[in-house]
Amino acid sequence: MVTETEARAGSYEVVCRLNGREERLTVAPWETLLDLLRERLGLIGTKKGCDHGQCGACTVLVEGERVLSCLTLAVALDGCDVTTIEGLPRLAGDGSLHPLQQAFIDCDALQCGYCTPGQICSAAGLMNEPPPTNEDEVRERMSGNLCRCGAYPQIVRAVSSVVLAPAGRVPR
Amino acid sequence: MNPFHYARPTAIEPALAALWPAGAPGDDALRWSSAEGLPKVLAGGTNLLDLMKEDLMRPRALIDVRGLALREIAPTEEGGLRMGALQSNAHTANHPLVQERYPVLRAAILAGASPQIRNMATNGGNLLQRTRCYYFYDVGVPCNKHRPGTGCPARHGVARQHAILGASEQCVATHPSDMCVALAALEATVHVESASRGPRSIAFDAFHRLPGDQPERDTTLEADELITHLTLPPAERFAAHSCYLKIRERGSYAFALVSVAAMLDLDDQVRVRQARIALGGVAHKPWRDVDAEAVLVGQPADAASFAVAAQVLLHDARSVGGPASPEGWNGNAFKIELARRAIVRALEMARDGEVSNTGEDAFRRQEAKA
Repeated sequence: MVTETEARAGSYEVVCRLNGREERLTVAPWETLLDLLRERLGLIGTKKGCDHGQCGACTVLVEGERVLSCLTLAVALDGCDVTTIEGLPRLAGDGSLHPLQQAFIDCDALQCGYCTPGQICSAAGLMNEPPPTNEDEVRERMSGNLCRCGAYPQIVRAVSSVVLAPAGRVPR
Repeated sequence: MNPFHYARPTAIEPALAALWPAGAPGDDALRWSSAEGLPKVLAGGTNLLDLMKEDLMRPRALIDVRGLALREIAPTEEGGLRMGALQSNAHTANHPLVQERYPVLRAAILAGASPQIRNMATNGGNLLQRTRCYYFYDVGVPCNKHRPGTGCPARHGVARQHAILGASEQCVATHPSDMCVALAALEATVHVESASRGPRSIAFDAFHRLPGDQPERDTTLEADELITHLTLPPAERFAAHSCYLKIRERGSYAFALVSVAAMLDLDDQVRVRQARIALGGVAHKPWRDVDAEAVLVGQPADAASFAVAAQVLLHDARSVGGPASPEGWNGNAFKIELARRAIVRALEMARDGEVSNTGEDAFRRQEAKA
């Protein structure tokens, strides 16, 4: 069956930038980015929660925008820039933790930690969008990421500490 | 997901040829026999891939159209707006011309889904998300939409998300889009193209269907047609008095129980020159009612007039669903009263210049007031 499947639909070569490195991959059309990352590339920081676009645990950045890797076909990423939680420290520039990662530690913004990579990638994507103006807006703009431990107050505090422009400073 | 062919054309002609059952002459990569079933268009994939994971849709081929140049948002010569089918919902909501001229469209988009999904979802794809309900999503139960003729347990089941207007014996599902409710109120036009019949335009009200005895068909789009862009007529006379009100089970990231796009053109005496009212969460399609709009013309923009409009709009509303719902109402009968109140409230908000009760802008406005 597998052979027949491959003969019918074939596999496709995809070249993309993954966490700053060029990757040349052969993928089946129905392979999701999430499964590619976790099952084949060993990048298990990106989590599979619902696998249906409802929880946000699989959030990654494609071309700097936060998207759901469970509803993204790997084959469609040819030529794209992809950043996962493993690639975020690189964005900090000096190899240290990304400010959002540090903020999650400082604010104790997790309990079990399963939603955390998705939360942090989502917040990193938020930093590339029109800036939020207050914590209530941060809560709304992070609403695509569920936390079943209920660490929301700390998550909102951690994200706000990074993405809200300090008083007196011109918003980004 | 079922196995499928994949192609990513970079120009519109080969894309349309690939959607044509006869296939694309001369290009083997884009050719499949019609015996394998019709191909489907892949854009953002947020609904299609989810349905494929559930085995609810099993296309034999996906034509990924994201390589096509259909992203432009630009003013039209008539003072309206042209929006490319492949522009993301997020970029559309943030576009300066949308913010300035069509605040109800921005509000509706930002009321829907999550930031991640709005980044992925496209304008054309938003129209083509399936009209659906929880029973449709459960492959283990009969569903006339999924398997025509098997029956509709939703009709007597848990019905909070189900229709109160325009439902049929066959189907009581609702179209979940927020964006489309605003597009209905704004009288958008959907522009499509196919290899066999060329381009045509479809008035927004004629794009989505009521279920009737063909609930498997959500829209009037033909299988080989591609949405290229949407156009909006000028609506500046409504811009200061537009509202998108969304009532749902939680504060964000949930489908509407009832939503209302309300737009008013008011004279100096705060009388209604023209009104637009469209509802979401209540029918198989975005529900616009021109009769309800007409009764407001010349009337004072007050709660009494708005209540009359709501009465006209909901005249034929009927509840569906079983009696065992926790509210103690019969099925989703509570939605009829909820819709009545939501219509009045949305029109009051539009009159008062309040754009929405939800979405990120609502929190900015709170800050501005404080």
